[in-house]
Amino acid sequence: MAGKTLFDKLWESHEVRKNDNGTSLLYIDRQLIHEVTSPQAFEGLRINKRGPWRKDANVAVPDHNIPTKNRDKGVEDPVSKLQIDTLASNTAELGITNFDMSDPRQGIVHVIGPEQGITLPGMTIVCGDSHTSTHGALGALAFGIGTSEVEHVMATQCLVQEKSKNMLVRVDGQLKTGVTAKDLILAIIGRIGTAGGTGYAIEFGGGAIRSMSMEGRMTVCNMTIEAGARAGMIAVDQTTIDYVKGRNFTPSGPTWDKAVKYWSTLQSDDRAVYDETIVFEAASIKPMVSWGTSPEMVAPVDGKVPDASDPAKAEQTNNALKYMDLKPETPMGDISFDKVFIGSCTNSRIEDLREAARVVKGQKVALNISLAMVVPGSGPVKAQAESEGLDRIFLDAGFEWREPGCSMCLAMNADRLEPGERCASTSNRNFEGRQGQGGRTHLMSPAMAAAVAVEGHIVDVTKYYEN
Amino acid sequence: MQKFISLNGLVAPLDRSNVDTDAIIPKQFLKSISRTGFGPYLFDEWRYLDHGEPGQDCSNRPLNNDFVLNNDRFKGASILLTRANFGCGSSREHAPWALHDYGFQVILAESFADIFYSNCFKNGMLPIVLDAHKIEELFQATEDNPGFTLSVDLEFQQILTPSGEKISFDLDSYRKFCLLNGLDEIGQTLSHQKEIAAFERNHLEKHSWLNQEVR
Repeated sequence: MAGKTLFDKLWESHEVRKNDNGTSLLYIDRQLIHEVTSPQAFEGLRINKRGPWRKDANVAVPDHNIPTKNRDKGVEDPVSKLQIDTLASNTAELGITNFDMSDPRQGIVHVIGPEQGITLPGMTIVCGDSHTSTHGALGALAFGIGTSEVEHVMATQCLVQEKSKNMLVRVDGQLKTGVTAKDLILAIIGRIGTAGGTGYAIEFGGGAIRSMSMEGRMTVCNMTIEAGARAGMIAVDQTTIDYVKGRNFTPSGPTWDKAVKYWSTLQSDDRAVYDETIVFEAASIKPMVSWGTSPEMVAPVDGKVPDASDPAKAEQTNNALKYMDLKPETPMGDISFDKVFIGSCTNSRIEDLREAARVVKGQKVALNISLAMVVPGSGPVKAQAESEGLDRIFLDAGFEWREPGCSMCLAMNADRLEPGERCASTSNRNFEGRQGQGGRTHLMSPAMAAAVAVEGHIVDVTKYYEN
Repeated sequence: MQKFISLNGLVAPLDRSNVDTDAIIPKQFLKSISRTGFGPYLFDEWRYLDHGEPGQDCSNRPLNNDFVLNNDRFKGASILLTRANFGCGSSREHAPWALHDYGFQVILAESFADIFYSNCFKNGMLPIVLDAHKIEELFQATEDNPGFTLSVDLEFQQILTPSGEKISFDLDSYRKFCLLNGLDEIGQTLSHQKEIAAFERNHLEKHSWLNQEVR
């Protein structure tokens, strides 16, 4: 008999009912809420005189609009302030917990969920944000939804969903030193494309995933949506259990033992059947950098900007080269930069900051870099980094050390690129205008972005690991 | 929810693949706490030559005349014709809100990103997937025939061209049902509330750690 995949197990354990038309009513254990995609959902509840089904299943935090400096002045942009205040009043009205800007636990929603033990293995987790796939790293089924669905979950604790197909991305062997989870996921997206995972839930497995830290796994699952799949996930193992243990809202005592027993079953069966399997050799992956305006437009650090010779992609490639102001065949190492951003729900966890600090230590930010900034993912990440002296390493080198938030990943607050500026960014999207109208984004790992900050252009960061 | 039954409308061609939701509605407009008023900012960075801000009066902004929606020929279009992977990226429902507010009710594409596709149906919009060959034919027809319109019928899952060609399309029956009837999906789900409550009781008892209060 064919076995079940992790996704099958998570799905079936949350299926309230199967509808006649092939959809299912799926129970949602946890909803995370932020200020941008929730106001219209709260308004919908109010208009229809509906309450939250289970208010404790919801946790809110403002992150997208939040200023990352001079917080004592409050939120200066009145439009952003209204949105943040609206989140506070909506959550207060319904009795939903909100980690507001003054709360030491405040941070990027996809960083604080796992960090606080708010998101746990085996859960179904949703949020009005496509990077909700991050939480799948804990062996959970987590995916992004629109505002109408945010309202639906608040009112019913359920969603009507059609089950996705199963895809396994297996990464055999081990990543080379200095090659990170970010390089791996960029290489995966580069191969399968931004629509390669559309209609699938992707499970990541294989030796390279098994030996990856939880932070690395979150980076991989975070960018699953950039490959078109709403959900990415990784089976529970000892690394998962060790990570979850002792967090603020994880169970303890006998409940912990019971939970661990259950969580340990959250793996695909040996004979599980996938609709699609894609295999990567970890050792062949090099540090990766995006050159274009879609996360599939990537090249290895020793590669070149492509030409538009592939007729199927010619128009897209030409549009991207024009927007990015790059010439075909330019070696990646010749691209020089104006700004460096280390942060976002993809790469703002403590391990990311350690990797970047290791490269920056004892160096100075290059003269052509007008701004290099580190935006920790949460209050606790910032505090941990400061206790390890990482803030001093960055500040001494000439970086800015900011307060937690989404910041220049999507530039909803004051942190943004000016037209024509080129940025080495650890974020997840290099779309036109993403980091500011006319801004040019190159996605890369924290270590690679740190190397750009000190050398002013793209270099192969693995050389920093040689000693 | 708004109904969609049928539509006879002007087609506007957006000849690009991988149009992302950041392009459809840039981030600064996401600061609104309302569901309406996004139409003037649809495709803002492609449509205007200056930088737009929420609340701005767009009537005097400099237009990018190279952008297809600024061509008089496509004024009043209600059907958007585009290529593969439309609506990729962010889950922002502001993208379908902006398209709908502008006047689009139907989008024809080779493929859609999953979250965007689902969001359309919540807002009385019909995204239709057609094969690449058919999409190419429609681009050609739109270019060759000024004022090119299509008739879209949801009940019969059919598109009728001015020359009388019938193009059929696939659609999930639940989405079709909700869209045709303008159903309140939350109300639909709440009709199963006893089942949900029973499931929940059992589920939370079995996985008691899920009851942990976060304060």
